[in-house]
Amino acid sequence: MENRKSTSSSIKKMISSVSSIFIYIIIVAVDLVLGYLTYQLIVLDYIPLAIVFCLIILLITVSFLIPKLRHLKWMSIGLSAWLLFSIFPILFTIYNGFTNYGDGHLISKALAIQQINKQKYLPESGKSYEWIAYRSETNDYLLWLKDTDGQTSIARTTESGADDLIFEVVPGENGIGELDDDGAPKTIEGYTRLNKITASTDENLTNILFGEADQTIQVRSPSEAAELVPLYEFDPETDVFTDVRNGKEYFDIEGTWTSVDGKELIPGYSDVIGFRNFVDFATSPGLRGPLVTIVSWNFMFATFSLFLTFSMGLLISVIYNDPGFKGKKILQSLLLIPYTIPSLITILIWRGMLNPNLGIVNRVLEAVIGISPDWFNNRYLAQIAILIVNMWLGYPYWMLVTSGALQSIPQDIYEAAEVDGATGWQRFWRITLPLLLVSVGPLMISSFIFNFNNFNLIYAFINGGPPIPTAMTQAGYTDIIISYVYNLAFASGRGIQYGYASAISVVLFILIAIMALIQFRFTNMWEEVGENA
Amino acid sequence: MPNTEKKKKIQTVSQKKRIGLILRWILAVFLIAFSIFPVIWIISAAFNPVNDLATQQLIPENAGFDNFVALVNTDIFPFFAWLWNSIKISVLTTVLTLSLTTMAAFAFSRFRFKGRQGLLKVILLVQSFPNLLAIVALFSINKQIGDVFASLGLNTHAGLIMVYLGGAMGMNIWLMKGYMDTIPRDIDESAHVDGANDWQVFSKLILPLLRPILVVIGILSFIGTYGEFIIARTLLTKRELQTVMVGLQIYTSGQYTQNWGVFAAGALIAALPIMIIYLVLQDQIVGGLTRGAVKG
Repeated sequence: MENRKSTSSSIKKMISSVSSIFIYIIIVAVDLVLGYLTYQLIVLDYIPLAIVFCLIILLITVSFLIPKLRHLKWMSIGLSAWLLFSIFPILFTIYNGFTNYGDGHLISKALAIQQINKQKYLPESGKSYEWIAYRSETNDYLLWLKDTDGQTSIARTTESGADDLIFEVVPGENGIGELDDDGAPKTIEGYTRLNKITASTDENLTNILFGEADQTIQVRSPSEAAELVPLYEFDPETDVFTDVRNGKEYFDIEGTWTSVDGKELIPGYSDVIGFRNFVDFATSPGLRGPLVTIVSWNFMFATFSLFLTFSMGLLISVIYNDPGFKGKKILQSLLLIPYTIPSLITILIWRGMLNPNLGIVNRVLEAVIGISPDWFNNRYLAQIAILIVNMWLGYPYWMLVTSGALQSIPQDIYEAAEVDGATGWQRFWRITLPLLLVSVGPLMISSFIFNFNNFNLIYAFINGGPPIPTAMTQAGYTDIIISYVYNLAFASGRGIQYGYASAISVVLFILIAIMALIQFRFTNMWEEVGENA
Repeated sequence: MPNTEKKKKIQTVSQKKRIGLILRWILAVFLIAFSIFPVIWIISAAFNPVNDLATQQLIPENAGFDNFVALVNTDIFPFFAWLWNSIKISVLTTVLTLSLTTMAAFAFSRFRFKGRQGLLKVILLVQSFPNLLAIVALFSINKQIGDVFASLGLNTHAGLIMVYLGGAMGMNIWLMKGYMDTIPRDIDESAHVDGANDWQVFSKLILPLLRPILVVIGILSFIGTYGEFIIARTLLTKRELQTVMVGLQIYTSGQYTQNWGVFAAGALIAALPIMIIYLVLQDQIVGGLTRGAVKG
């Protein structure tokens, strides 16, 4: 008996030690994979993301190795996803808000220096040549050159650029065949001689730099090729570019090399610029102009949306909250329908129904009262249309919530009020509404926050339109902050302004944080955490 | 004499009641019309062989399946590929969300550790920020990950699912933990006495009891992911990889007034799964919603 028990417990022990070895193997494997990815990220210079990966590796390893931290084991994957795609994006957005990241400043400093160094020009002393081009089947090119003294040479480059070369024209060497009267080879082995017309229409040719690194030759016109030299010299010590032609110096100012008289080199690089985006946000007339309109409409939109959806939902549940009313269940199911369709689809359906020329709403209005409102091009009508659609989308939620909350108001309060002679109206305003607001108040705040950022409605219904004519950026009368930010960051056309868009996001973060904190104060959520402590 | 007066009074009260009832029914008809008209309109358009927004009638002549056939046959509108993408992404996101949040909620509910309350509060606060606000950052992160590991980057469903999982903690974990707290701890304590480890307690005892809340969070997560539009649109740029919401939106930014019927058929099919889920599981969803989530 004793014996058997001990064998079974030793088997158990063995199983548990085998399984713990198994877990160690998995951890090591996961760490190795993540470690390799992190290494690759560092190689590509994605340092912030690499740091997040390091944190995740640390989190997973520590939580499985230290028994005291076993709670982390249960959360490690969830927390990793949360760190990577919730926390890090917020921090990254805040950082971007302080940079000039955007058009003209999309790349790193090293890349920007490389690109500016590539810019060339033809100095007065630079040599120019007559040329004839040869092309191989693999699209490698050779250039026969004849300078003003009659010296001939051949320059070549290959795709890899590894053996760019200039050499003398000697028949018999390097596959060079017989020469013509000018001294140009009639044939070169592996290459076809291009006639003037073919050569001048070959788009590749003018982009290729032939010859050696310091002495590159570029085709400039059908009759001329010339020796180009770098336009700017870079001094890494002082971080200054100097224009070789006139000695003008360009200093690195917040990611843009700028001269004293305000000229800028293109491209710049993405760099921290401090509070400039925020200052622009508050002062620049072109940017601030639409913002005042957008922010005030944003608040109006969220407030009216909440008011309309809440009052309609409440009205319905108060009117039909009567056991004597038969068919309540069916009515509720029918009224719930707007809630059951993904909101994007209904927004698009409404977009068709409210189409000013073709939509059913305007066709009916036209037929019945003879007016056809232009929902998409008039500022106020567009705003009204959006509120109508949002009312349709939102009232079922409040119908559900308030009818639930009404059930929880004790009936004896109403009975007492009736004894005191209160009218139905008084009962609603003095009892129902105040008690209701206490229980659904926090939900009202979260609904306000939701509508405050109701991007889908604004974007899919009308894309912020109609446009504000005076705005320097893409902005419309129905744009809310978040749709404006999205357009700043992603809409093509006027240029991408990630940095500025991020700065607005940060302002929005702060607004939302304040609202969320107010909500939490109203809720007993904080206490709920403590309850089980 | 007083008897008849009383009768009269009763009569007027019941009359008043009847009038109130009639008024309520009239109002109800209006409300029902308002709430279901767009749905009826889109159904009508879907079965209307006249494809045009301008000439659509409420009751179509020669109703038929032309638009649905067109939906299958057109190449510029790979509707069923989109639908499949959406379902695939939503199902995977839901399953992963449930696994992550259930395990994390187990730790929050069953273990006592330093920083537990603080972490819960931070998770809730962070989820107030719509991740759309950080969309530039999400885009860059996805791109950078993709530069190292192409199958998790931009234009991959795995990359999109990972971004969705970033929002899995948040309200879900609160709902789950709240439910788990109602399961008495005596159950796991006695199991521990009998020699069960944490994993056995979790998988054999707690998990089976979580069914109702798993259903609620699962449905909410599925519906939320299925309806999500802008992150999918930003991270997936290849047409055949996009989700059905992105596809429908892009479709309507073109000349859809002339293809209104095909759009309607697509919208109807895309909406159907969610509508069925809602109407069948109404009570459970309502329970979950009223605990603080808002339709997304």
